Amino acid sequence: MKTEHTNGIGASIKRLEDKRFLQGQGNYIDDMQLPDMLHAAVLRSPYAHANIIDIEVSAALEQPGIVTILTFADLISVKPIPIRLNPYGSLEPFLQYPLASNRVRYVGDPVALIIAHSRYQAEDILEHILVQYDPLPVNIDTEQKVINPLYNEAKNNVASNFVMQKGDIAAAFEQAEHITKLRFTSGRHSGVPLETRGLIAHYDATQERLKVWGPTKVTHFNRGVLARMLDMGEHQIQMIEPDVGGGFGVRGEFYPEDYLIPYAALILKRPIKWIEDRLENLMACNHSREQVYEMEMALKKDGAILGIKVLLSNDQGGYIRTHGIIVPELSAAIFPGPYHIPNYRCEVRSVLTNKTPAGTYRAPGRYECNTSRERLLDLAASELMIDPVKLRSMNLIQPEDMPYKVGTESLGEDIVYDSGDYPYALQEVVRLSKYEENRINHNPLSNKKTGYGIACFVEKTGLGPFEGARIEIDQTGRVTVSTGAANVGQGLETTLAQIAASVLTVPPDSIRVLHGDTDLIPYGVGSFASRATVMAGSAVYYAAQQIHKKLLMIAAHILKCPIDKLTISDGGIYISENQDNRLTLAQVAQQSSPRNCPPDMEPGLDFTHYFRCNQMTFAHGATIVKVEIDPETCAVIPKHVWIVYDIGKAINPQMVKGQVEGGAVQGLGGALLEEFKYDSNGQLISGSFVDYLLPTATETPIMELKRLDRSPSILNPLQVKGAGECGIAGMGGALANAVADALGDSGKKVDMLPITSEKVWRWLNTNAG
Amino acid sequence: MVQDTKHTSNKTRLVKLTVNGVAYERVVEPRLTLVDFIRGELGITGTHVGCEHGVCGACTVIFDGYPVRSCIMLAVQAHSHSVQTVESMSTGDQLHPIQQAFWENFGLQCGFCTPGFLLTVQDLLSRNPDPTDTEIREELSGNICRCTGYQSIIAAVKQAAIYMRKEE
Repeated sequence: MKTEHTNGIGASIKRLEDKRFLQGQGNYIDDMQLPDMLHAAVLRSPYAHANIIDIEVSAALEQPGIVTILTFADLISVKPIPIRLNPYGSLEPFLQYPLASNRVRYVGDPVALIIAHSRYQAEDILEHILVQYDPLPVNIDTEQKVINPLYNEAKNNVASNFVMQKGDIAAAFEQAEHITKLRFTSGRHSGVPLETRGLIAHYDATQERLKVWGPTKVTHFNRGVLARMLDMGEHQIQMIEPDVGGGFGVRGEFYPEDYLIPYAALILKRPIKWIEDRLENLMACNHSREQVYEMEMALKKDGAILGIKVLLSNDQGGYIRTHGIIVPELSAAIFPGPYHIPNYRCEVRSVLTNKTPAGTYRAPGRYECNTSRERLLDLAASELMIDPVKLRSMNLIQPEDMPYKVGTESLGEDIVYDSGDYPYALQEVVRLSKYEENRINHNPLSNKKTGYGIACFVEKTGLGPFEGARIEIDQTGRVTVSTGAANVGQGLETTLAQIAASVLTVPPDSIRVLHGDTDLIPYGVGSFASRATVMAGSAVYYAAQQIHKKLLMIAAHILKCPIDKLTISDGGIYISENQDNRLTLAQVAQQSSPRNCPPDMEPGLDFTHYFRCNQMTFAHGATIVKVEIDPETCAVIPKHVWIVYDIGKAINPQMVKGQVEGGAVQGLGGALLEEFKYDSNGQLISGSFVDYLLPTATETPIMELKRLDRSPSILNPLQVKGAGECGIAGMGGALANAVADALGDSGKKVDMLPITSEKVWRWLNTNAG
Repeated sequence: MVQDTKHTSNKTRLVKLTVNGVAYERVVEPRLTLVDFIRGELGITGTHVGCEHGVCGACTVIFDGYPVRSCIMLAVQAHSHSVQTVESMSTGDQLHPIQQAFWENFGLQCGFCTPGFLLTVQDLLSRNPDPTDTEIREELSGNICRCTGYQSIIAAVKQAAIYMRKEE
């Protein structure tokens, strides 16, 4: 057996879940078949904005394979899908019902559900439902004149309008020696996990229980939502997470289908499967990112920032979904980033449009605000003729100012940076990339334009309020960990096993990690906001410590010696000075059974711990990107990425590296390739992978990463911060700045993502920009 | 996709083929895609469906020795041909060197795209046992991974090439 140092916390062991994935033995939702199962297809609106006059299903009911069709009128006492994060009552009129009642508000809005004997048949039947629509004027732009608002309750389509501020912004601008202004736009993206969404629901009438396979991310919360929407008790619903092909924030929220499929299973009393196709995924799963920042920054001539004013427009799409308005709220809260901004005012307008509704996608609200702020900083640096590194350095929050209260708030909590050495991370990435030397030594013979761009970032991680872990050791000595956190592909099974293994000194691959099943543990929160390792990991740590203590108590009883003379190592317990009389975990477990346990002790090796923390822990770092631009094609070619990041302690450094690299490439996609485009009628014109471009291996440059552990978290026993969003957080800003740097005098026009060849051509060849 | 025989149309075709060396015979609708056939009719689910329009590469299988997209091929086109899926790569607990290299290099996260990558790499290394980084990137450009950012996959391919050359 290996020792703790080679396989526990801090070791880059191979992932425990990988063997089944590598051999094609994963169990994703569409891999499951139940006897007697039916298949569903969703009829979606072809109009972006229209009143529904009539739905005629009689022809469809004659088609081969048809079982039933559900429209809004068939849903008994249906309720709208509630907000999960920070519900504001004023948003309630804009919530989405599982099926549209009398109006559709985006292309893809669900109108009817078809249940048939096969998926092919269900999809065939879609075209036999005759819906009569009365098209309405379409609202596509957050700034256009509103002729026909989406809702009577939202004048000018504004769903929410609020201000976040600190200090005295007017005074800051009065003292300004220089003002930099920039309007920056971020395109519409989504997480686009490679596995589309899917569900199987089955009502077991004998047990009076509804089972739903396919939920992830927040299974316990979603069980509660479904129970309330169906007027059932939570105990009557079991949600089970299968293997999941990527989450990225979009997957696992409660969508219309998460009600429709269980509802149909309840009324038909047969298992029903629904698998989203890719076109549906691109028009039905949450969008994100589309925001416009109108920014003004007041500075001293030497580059010291006095204050920033922002007017932020968020394109929410046709409904408020489970995230409420958390995305623009996070944008406003984190906009100051790692910099000391003494005076700040951000006005947020979240505007309803006839597009797919928006929610969170990896680094929600921050990818956009970081990009906009970092671009603003570079523009100021160029206007003031100050080096971009110097301008950043002089405004960064210093390590001695930690913990640092930003003066903004999100999710009802003040934003307080717990720890971090921001200047050091910037210096390290500058050193790692040889930024200073490389910027001077441009190859004058190359016909390519080369540019370097920097971005600094802070990432909120480890969101509370709690997560639980239950650890049991059975009679054979086998350790099982159960949690309410979810495995969306990030490697939760490995991470939690490593933490338990460290405490219990057993090999991680001997530990079974169970997750995502609401029957495993009474309370759970889930996997989002880079929280699973921080919150579930800490719960595992404490539960393992309790079981460790109990093991010693039982062993002391067996060996008839004081507890403080005992040692646990390599999965065995012995008297410290005498290893001969060594007890295995199985031997101790057998003696802790109710049959054998001493009468004055509570039997069993089974502990549950809920780790509770209301404060987020903030990771940070800095990103530099080198790009080349071909002046003929205007193609932007990313050449090299350097990221220095500090997440405190790492449980498995190679897995952390994978999180940062993967996020960075998603950030690259958003900066150069990915965009949901709509025409003036509100038709989604990027509904396939031929139009919505994801980065491939050829667009991905070399990456050099450096992980720092100078700022362990003070908020949890593992001293960890979440890693999942560090890679993506700075990529938009670094890429936009690199392009601007490469474009020379035209660089000041760089004002939007994604940066396509067409935009580069326009910046180079027009005066207007 | 389970075809309910009571409800399928009468326009069906017989498909005989071998998958991973095993002979199968099924009567199917001509429109049934090869991937739905392998997954739904045969219950061999390692091959995944990522886009259903031939872009993402998750459904890659080896068809008579060549990698193809099984989501844009019909099952009837595979009549009297041979198909290999990811399940053919390992025997029991013994991973194929390419799988081993992916495991050791953290070349997967959610695992959904992985079967397609493994078969693409198997094909690449059979033609080019010592590919350069640029060649690896070119060859993998038809497979989308949304999790890893490709760095670890490229490292895995280089490692796999070394393992496979040693085996020979």
